[in-house]
Parts: sequence; C-alpha cells; structure tokens
Amino acid sequence: MDLSISLLLPLTFLLPLAGTLILSLSNGRLGERASATVGVTSMGLSALVTVLIAWQYIAEPQVYGVTLWRWISVGDFQPSIGLALDGLSLTMLGIITGVGFLIHLFAAWYMQGEKGITRFYAYMNLFVFSMVLLVLGDNLLLLFFGWEGVGLCSYLLIGYYYEHSENGWAAFKAFVVTRIGDVFLAIGMFLLFFELGTLDIAEILNRAPQMWAEGDPTVELAALLMLGGAVGKSAQLPLHTWLADAMAGPTPVSALIHAATMVTAGVYLIARMNGLFLLAPDVLQLTGIIGALTLLMAGFAALAQTDIKRVLAYSTMSQIGYMFLALGAGAFDAAIFHLMTHAFFKALLFLSAGAVIVSCHHEQDMRRLGGLWRQLPLAYAGFIVGGSALAALPLVSAGFYSKDEILWQELATGHGGLLLAGMIGAFLTSLYTVRLIILTFHGKPKSDNARNAEAGRGLVHGVPLIVLALLSTFLGAWINPPLENVLPAPAEGEEFWHLILELAAAGVVIAGIAVGAWLYLRRRGWLAKHTSSGWGAWLWTFWNHAWGVDDLYDRVLVKPYRGLVRFLRSDIIDRTCSLFAKLAWLLHQGLSRTQTGKLRFYATSMVAGATLILLALALVP
Amino acid sequence: MMLVWLILIPFIGGLLCWQAERIGDTPPRWIALGTMGLELLLTLWLWWSGDFQLPEIAGAQASQWALEFRAPWIPRFGIEIHLALDGLSLILIALTGFLGVLAVVCSWKEIIGRVGFFHLNLLWILGGVVGVFLAIDLFLFFFFWELMLVPMYFLIALWGHSGTQGKTRIGAATKFFIYTQASGLLMLVAILGLAFAHHAATGVYSFSYDELRNAPVSDELAMWLMLGFFIAFAVKLPVVPLHGWLPDAHAQAPTAGSVDLAGILLKTAAYGMLRFTLPLFPEASQAFAPVAMALGVVGIFYGALLACGQQDIKRLIAYTSISHMGFVLIGIYAGTQLALQGVVVLMVAHAFSAAGLFIMSGQIYERIHTRDMTQMGGLWGRLGSLPGFSLCFVAASLGMPGTANFIGEFMVLFGTFPVAPWVVAIASVGLVLAAIYSLFLMQRVHYGPAKSDEPLEGLDHREYVMLLGILALVLFFGLYPQPLLETSGAAMHEIQRLFTDPALTTTILPTGAS
Repeated sequence: MDLSISLLLPLTFLLPLAGTLILSLSNGRLGERASATVGVTSMGLSALVTVLIAWQYIAEPQVYGVTLWRWISVGDFQPSIGLALDGLSLTMLGIITGVGFLIHLFAAWYMQGEKGITRFYAYMNLFVFSMVLLVLGDNLLLLFFGWEGVGLCSYLLIGYYYEHSENGWAAFKAFVVTRIGDVFLAIGMFLLFFELGTLDIAEILNRAPQMWAEGDPTVELAALLMLGGAVGKSAQLPLHTWLADAMAGPTPVSALIHAATMVTAGVYLIARMNGLFLLAPDVLQLTGIIGALTLLMAGFAALAQTDIKRVLAYSTMSQIGYMFLALGAGAFDAAIFHLMTHAFFKALLFLSAGAVIVSCHHEQDMRRLGGLWRQLPLAYAGFIVGGSALAALPLVSAGFYSKDEILWQELATGHGGLLLAGMIGAFLTSLYTVRLIILTFHGKPKSDNARNAEAGRGLVHGVPLIVLALLSTFLGAWINPPLENVLPAPAEGEEFWHLILELAAAGVVIAGIAVGAWLYLRRRGWLAKHTSSGWGAWLWTFWNHAWGVDDLYDRVLVKPYRGLVRFLRSDIIDRTCSLFAKLAWLLHQGLSRTQTGKLRFYATSMVAGATLILLALALVP
Repeated sequence: MMLVWLILIPFIGGLLCWQAERIGDTPPRWIALGTMGLELLLTLWLWWSGDFQLPEIAGAQASQWALEFRAPWIPRFGIEIHLALDGLSLILIALTGFLGVLAVVCSWKEIIGRVGFFHLNLLWILGGVVGVFLAIDLFLFFFFWELMLVPMYFLIALWGHSGTQGKTRIGAATKFFIYTQASGLLMLVAILGLAFAHHAATGVYSFSYDELRNAPVSDELAMWLMLGFFIAFAVKLPVVPLHGWLPDAHAQAPTAGSVDLAGILLKTAAYGMLRFTLPLFPEASQAFAPVAMALGVVGIFYGALLACGQQDIKRLIAYTSISHMGFVLIGIYAGTQLALQGVVVLMVAHAFSAAGLFIMSGQIYERIHTRDMTQMGGLWGRLGSLPGFSLCFVAASLGMPGTANFIGEFMVLFGTFPVAPWVVAIASVGLVLAAIYSLFLMQRVHYGPAKSDEPLEGLDHREYVMLLGILALVLFFGLYPQPLLETSGAAMHEIQRLFTDPALTTTILPTGAS
C-alpha cells in the first residue's frame, strides 16, 4: 500500500508540470483546442491520481512520506525535495486538484476565442504544480518553493491580458505586496532554522515544545513572522490591498487562485504550523483580531462595489477573515472546514460570474446588468446556491455548517469579541450577497449587453457549475476532512448553548437577507438618493475605496519610494566620485591657459618665477 | 602542465582568430567557438576525473590543491609561475568556459567589423580570467589581474555603443580602465607590503600564497594591507560607493562584453576576496566584517533603487548586478560554511541569469535598435518566444525558487543569520526591491500596448538554443545544486576554517578586539 502512494504522490504535481512543459515548449504550434486539451487532461489525470490516493489513505490513514532527493546538503542544512501526506494535505490536495479540474474545464468554455490559450493553460498548470508542492512539501523550504511559485503564477495570470498596462500594474501590485509577506515568512524560516536546526515541519513541531515554553519571546517572534507571510498571501489586513485589483485576470483565474486555493495558503500555513502557534498565544490572539478586522472591513467594502467581481473579491477577503477568526481561537479544523466549503461555493460564484460576464459580452458592472435570471438560468441557479452558501443560509447550504462551526468555537473558547465580529459579519455577508444577486439578475436590464445576453451551452460550461453547485449545498458539508490526527481537537461546550447560537446565527442571516431584499427590491430609489449626497455619498466612496487603505499606502509608501528613486536616478554617488575627474579637468584647463604660445608671456612669467624663487631664498634664513 | 594549457589555450586561440581574419569573417568565429569549447571540455573532464573531496587535515596546507604547477619565473624575488586548482577555481573556470562559448555565440551576428581582432580581445580576456582563477603566486595573480583589463578596454572602446546623455563608449572604457587600474595599484602596494614584511621577518623574498599566509604582520599593518586588497576587489565586485564604472561599462559594452563583465569579471573580485583577503588576513577581515556587511546591505538597496530608475535596459540590468553582489559580499564576510557555499552558488547563478538578461537585451536591440525602455512596451506578442525567456531570467533574477539564484541567495541568508541576524533581516527587504525592479523590466518592455503591429523577427535556432541552454542550467542547479556544493565544499571549508578560527594558523599576532 505504502509503495503505491509513494509512487502516486509525485504524479499529482508532475502531471500538471508535464502539461506546462508541453505547452511552453510547443512554441505556439498548438491550436486552441489542442492547448485546452493538454491543459485540462493533465489536470484531470492529476485529480484522478488524487482520488486513488484518497482511497488508499482512507483505507489506511497514516502519515506517508516520500523523499525524492536531497535538495541541498551542507552541514546541518539538509532540506530535501520531500513530500508528506496527512489528513490536512490530503484535504488541500483534494480541493486543489478537484476544484482545479472543474475550473480548468470551465475555462475551456470561458477562454474560447481568446488569444494565447497555450500561455493561459501553461500558467494554470504551473500554478497547480506549485500549489500542490506547497501543500505536500514536508519542509519549510519546499513549502516556500510552492509559496513563491503560486505567487509568480498569480502574477502571470492577473497580467494575462497584457495589452492593457493597468492589468500589468495590478499584477505587479499583487506580486510585490504578497512578496512583502513572503519576506516575513523567509525571515521566520531563518529564525526557526537557527533556533531548531531543522526545516522539516514535523521535526519543527516536535522540537519547538521542548525548546520553548508557552509565550517565549522567540517563539512568539517566529510565529509572528509566519503570520506575516500568511497575511500577505491570504489578503488580510494590512496586506490585503492587492486582491481587489487582482480581479483584472480572467475569471477562472479569480476562481482558482484568488478564491479557492492560493489565497487560502496562509490559512493552511498556520494550520500546518499549529504546534508553533499554540506556543505563541499572543500571536494567535492577533491572528483572530486580524481576521475580525478584515472580515468587517471587507464586508462593508463589498456593500459599496459596482463591479461584480470586486464584490466577490471583498467577500473572499471577508470569508478568509472568518478562517483567521477560527485560527485565532485555536479552532484549526473549523478553519480548514470553512476553507473547503468556501472553495466550493466561491469557485461556483466566480464561475457563475464568469458565465454572466461572457454571456453579457464582457460587461461586469452591476449598474449595467439586471434582469438576467430569465436568460441565464444556470448562472442564476449558481448564484442562488453559491450565494446562499456564502450567506450561510441555515440547513441547506454548506456554508452554514462551516460558519456555524467557527462561531461555535469562538463561543466555546470564550472569544466574545471575535464572536460578535463574526455575527456582524454574517449580517453584512447576507446583505451584500442579496444586493449582488438582485442587482445582477432582477429588475430591468440596464444596457444592451444585458438585454442581448446569450446563455452558455455545452457540457464544458454546464458540468463544472452543476458539480460545484451540488458541493455548495449541504452535500458538500457531508465531506468530512480527515483532520483528527493532524490538528488539535476542537473545544467542547454545552450543546444547549450551541443550539442557541445556531438559532441566533440563523436569525441574523435571515434578517440580513430580509433587510437586503427590502432595501434593494423596494427602496431602491431611497437608497440611491441617500448614497449620492451628503454623508451617505461620503460613506459610499469611503467603502467603495475599501476604507482608503490604498490611498494611504500610495501616499505613505509608493510616493516616497518613487521620489527616492527619482532622487537617486542619476547615481549621486557616481557623480560625487566623478568630481575627481572634473577637478583634474579643471586643473588641466587652468594650466593649459598658460600655454598661450606668446613669447612675451613666457618671458614675463619666467622672470616673475625667478624673482619669486630668489625672494623666497632671500627671505628664508 | 594541464593548468598551463588551460591558460594558454585562449591566448593561442585568440592569436589564431586574429590571423584568420585574413580569410574571412566566419573562420575567426568558428576558431573562437572551438577554442572556448575545448576549454570548457577540458575543465569538465577535470571535473569529472578529479577528486575535490579534499583531505580535511587541520593545518595541512600542502594537500589543499587538486592540481598544482610550479616553475620559477623571477627567482631573485622568489616569484614563481605557481598555478593551483581546487574546487572553487574549477567551478569558476568551468563557468568561464561556458560563458566564453556564450559570448562567442551571442556576437555571431552582432559584431561585423574587425571580427578577428574582436575575438582576439574576447579570448584574451577569458585567458586572463582563467589565469586569475589559477594563480596563487601573488605577483602572478596581479599580472593576470592587469592582463584581463586591457582587452576589455578595447572591447568597450572599439565595439561598444554610445550611451545616453552624450556618454561615449571611449569615455566608458576609460572610466572602467582608470577605476580598475587605480585599484589594482593599491593591490600591488599591498602585495609588495606583505612580501616585504615577510622578507623582513624571514630574510627570504616570496610571493607564494602559502608562504605569505604565515608572514608575521602586526595588527595595524595587517589592517592596512587587508584594506589594500579589499579596495581592489571592492572596485571590481563592485561595492557601493566604488561602483561608478560598472553601469557605464555594462551598458555600453557589446553584448559579449556585458556577458563577460557580469558573468565572470565581477566574480574574479569575489574569488579574490575568498582566496586572498580572508585567508591572508583572517583577523583583520574578521574585525572588518561588520563594515563589509554594512556595505553589502547598502549595495543591495542602492543597486535595487537605481535599477528602478533607469530607462536604458542594460543599465537596469547593470544596477541589478550591484544589488546581487551585495548578497555575495554579505555571504563572504559572514564566513560560515553555509554562507560561503551559498556565495559560490550565487556567483554561478548570477552569471547565468545576468548573461541571459544581457543576451536578451542584445537580441531586442538587434531587432528594434534601441535600449530605451520608454520606446519598448507590448513586445510580448511580437517577439516569438523571446519574452518567455525574459520572463524566466527575470524570475531567476528576483530569486524565484527553482532557480539557482534562489539557492544561492537563501543559503547566504540562512548562513549569515547566526552571525548577523539584523543584516539578514534588512537584506531580506532587498528581495522585495528585487521583485520591484525585475517586474518593472517585464512591465515596461513586454507588457502594455504594442507600439506597432509589425511583427519582429523571432528567435533563430542559434538564439533559441543559447537561451534554452542557460535556462536549463539555471533550473538544474536550482533543483539540484549538489554538484556545485560538493565540488566547492572542501575549498570553502578551508576558507571558513582559516577565517573563523584564526587561532589554528599563525598568520597574525592575536588582536585584543576579538
């Protein structure tokens, strides 16, 4: 049994890598169909391999390790290209390859007729390769390999439509902002290796409790640095600004990278390093606070967006905020469970949004959509199912079960403040979800693009939406990630209070939906009036700009940086050094003036010189 | 004798190229290619057959070398033709051979005037560099150090491009020459000072590496002599503020010149520090290490900030070299085994990635006849597979895992952390700046709206194979750096031992400081 898992495990990322290599070495010889076939097939095979692995794992759950080769070997520094499969990585692997395959498939419909399909699938496959490495790596350096790799692919795919400079700059911003987080993670690795002498994750978790007592400053620092990395990748405060702009990429990319997989890598990292974070209670506390602030900030921002994808982007931030909230309470398994259901329903929402966008001739401004439910029934169904999961509609949706688990853990561990933030967030979520659906699908079409919407056809379009829709209902919540042996057990509490909490949460969600429906169906005019004047308008702009953080960074960081670059541009140090050359040149100029060629001048200066020397001789005793 | 041939082959090949010009333009190219190919093959054969896992006997310096050649030159002053090869020099000579082949191939169509003389200069530079990597008689080392300078001057002055703001190629060449010449003189003074000190103590003149390592020198004198060596190497590396020659020389040299400059000439400086500065003056270097590391950090930031502000694509790449060499400097002066081996990997990796970037900008220049990035933009769809290669080299230069640059940079940082955590923490910020300047390049050259719809000529087979070859090596050493690490391991261990544990040697009287 063990043998075949160790054979299969590398295939999960080698197959997508093979896809990338075939596509990138084809040098433009492959047509649209062939490229899509290669891209989707490699992904499908990888998903198939994952199924085989999962099947064997469930028969015999244990940690499977495969070391492919020793990567670097210098003294104690012995990171390997080694994989480790446990319940947590299997869960992530399933999400990545499963959801990834559906999105690859859908992309074949979404991207038809676009230029450079080969490039698109090469990047997408490379992304899956890196993401799988990230979750399978058994040491931090290999994890970092995947971590940076997904960042690069995210950059490449955000900037996929390169002809528009602003897409390139959005990609640029995404890469640079996340790299700030990556630097924290890197320093964290340096620190951990220095203190513990190993980069192997299992070994770190093993040695850390022996090395440090709970709350030791060093372990707090190490955990804080890890958190820095996680915050950057998962678009949490204060490094969240890149995600909304990242929507410049094709919609399947947003679904795969910026909703289902890459942005949740930070959650994975913290869950993976749970032993370290449990030793650092202050940092864990901070994680929860960051999550709470982000989910509220993003929730309000999502209320004031007009672009259908930006609403979803802010909702992603907000949902990852929930995951951080769970992590902060030490409920790692609740975070991973929500990560999974979120991957299903957010992928569904993005793909449905993609269906709307393509059907409406690339119109994605909600003010110009509307009334689409009749023309695009499948996309509408996708939004209804995905939206109800996002808003955590009680009992029927997957989101309800995972979000409920998070809130319950907050209560059971006595994190009252975080629970309150989660409750407010739940209200906001249902409010903006209702707004999103009503503005897009109800009312009257507000532009020709919306009036002439053409529904997508075919299996490639339909199957991913239907499968994801099924997974976003309570069916998805039945999938029980095998996390028992990897993550600490969830906190226990009295079932009575759990029931009360469930009722309260359900009440909040339904209230949110009701208020939303009332506001956006009945009081549209009233709302429009109040958001276009006075402090309502101010609030709208403020939330539309996501609390002005971008403008703040622009002023505090970007402008000074550019100023510094401009100041230094001509290489001031070099100029200073060139003063010697200038000096020599001036002396040369001065002396060559004396070479006048006039006999009278030479004679005079000779006499003057001689006189001076004589005088000097006479004066010096 | 093998070692002598390694040096002689490029010189002889150069002369042949020069004469072959009489026949036509093509023979010199083929002769040069054959010469460098032979050089590379010989080195690889040495690598294959040699054993670089050297005996680790403390204090037994006699067995430090894998191959040695010794013949008297000026016996009166104890000057010898003393060549020796260990893992470090072997790697760098192999690199020289490889980049030599690349330099010949990438100038195949670029250079059309005085082809024979061009290749004479090119090969003589490489011959000089090989000499630098092999000589362990200090006088001989200085000889080769100066020797590689002159042909480089001609390469820039005769086949270079004029720069922006009315900078001429002659100006760039002269600046390069004066900087390196002046610093070389400092090194000569330091070498002579050391030899005289040795003479004063023992009554024998010697320039031998092994002898001079044991020369008794007072602390103060050792510091001055060390500075003499350091400044000479610092100019070449280059260390800010002594970098002034580099952007001009890089930007205005022909592609082959830039490839050699960034790929190997800068490495001679790092090699010099590793081979001479640290082992000859371990305690003075130890005392100087904080300053050197601080200079390294300054270099990382200064180079990265300036790279962002450039319009000339080759100047941008030149400044990135300054930034990368900052990591090298930090690693050298951290002096741990991990950091030193990281330095070796980083040197090789930077040679590949910088060569790739320079070749790429040369190819862009051949097609659109400008190096000004404001004139570019939107080249992605117009250049065939060139932009894809650019992307890969840009990723390498920003230290993406999977490339050798990542291995080098991170080994340096991991290795330096125990010695100087704050230096590492600050230097790591350089990784963000590296992302900024690298992606700036992509954004301004390849993305954005196209300036014209006219398709440009794609890569021909020569160009494609060349870039693919470099890329394959970058990725290979990124995933499996072990060949480099094993070969350089023993040599680096020796340096680390001399540097961090000077008590084992009797080089210098102990200082009170450390």
